[in-house]
Amino acid sequence: MQLLDKIANDHLRDDHPEFRAGDTIRVHLLIREGEKERVQVFEGVVLGRSGSGIHETFTVRKISHGIGVERIFPVHSPRIAKIELASIGRVRRAKLYYLRKLSGKRARIRSKRHRKGV
Amino acid sequence: MIKGLLGKKVGMTQVFDEAGNRVPVTVVDVSSNVVVQKKSSHGKDGYSAIKLGFGKVKKLEKEGKEPKWRLNKPRVGVFTEAGIEEPRRHVREIRVPESILDDFEVGQELGPELFSLGDWIDVTGTSKGSGFTGVMKRHNFAGAKATHGTHEFFRHGGSIGMSATPAHVLKGMKMPGQHGNRQVTIQNLQVMGVMEEDGALLIKGGIPGPNGGIVLIRTATKKVAV
Repeated sequence: MQLLDKIANDHLRDDHPEFRAGDTIRVHLLIREGEKERVQVFEGVVLGRSGSGIHETFTVRKISHGIGVERIFPVHSPRIAKIELASIGRVRRAKLYYLRKLSGKRARIRSKRHRKGV
Repeated sequence: MIKGLLGKKVGMTQVFDEAGNRVPVTVVDVSSNVVVQKKSSHGKDGYSAIKLGFGKVKKLEKEGKEPKWRLNKPRVGVFTEAGIEEPRRHVREIRVPESILDDFEVGQELGPELFSLGDWIDVTGTSKGSGFTGVMKRHNFAGAKATHGTHEFFRHGGSIGMSATPAHVLKGMKMPGQHGNRQVTIQNLQVMGVMEEDGALLIKGGIPGPNGGIVLIRTATKKVAV
């Protein structure tokens, strides 16, 4: 078990801001096109985080041209250039799957200025 | 060149490769491998092989008594004869070509550095036992319909043959029985990392058996350059 943690530790990254379900974030992704690398931004609401340690992932949902798009990212992926926190959401669930059934005004998330203890 | 090591499955985790892809890996502890015996096709054995020992053995120390290995005397004797101080729990022979016998010496300790990044390997182990299982789990049968009047016939295999001709069940018919707990070899796995300090190998994908199970790692037979 210790050996497994040791292997995973080499790949963990701690440079992301703290974010959780309900927050709106901008994920800067490294995209490879042939030989070139460029950065693409995916902005949306975090539906939740799942897993722990090296296996942890988070789901981001956005509405693109009227169609809901969700992407799942590994938190510790080296393909993520950086994560920006756009706004902190006030939600009462850890997983916001109910947003999938809502649209328009009802799918809004109230934001708050600060997070307790941060 | 065919090389081999014994190891203990530690568990699975994931790593990221240079391209940033997630790769599932199995960690195998291969420290404490030792060459116990060499067999040559010119000698009395008539074939070429090396015998490997693996796995630490505890030493029982009681006051006023000689320290004893927690291993019976014949098994300790194999190692004493080879001039190896610490006996190992598991002994296994692997066939190697005569031409590389000289690369090994009796008493030589082998570790993960025997393999390098990107090597193709076969892993042999004992799969997890499932006991006596039905045909759905054991042979991936589809079972029977859940509706349309079916009763008390949901996970059965259906017919097992014809009538008066041939009047017996064909040999090899897939039926319920023992599933798992048999020797399984997974071919063409790749080495994703060599941890010399920890004596461990990272292997891409899964390997047979439970965590803590003993496995044999060999150069992939289908990838050996002729």
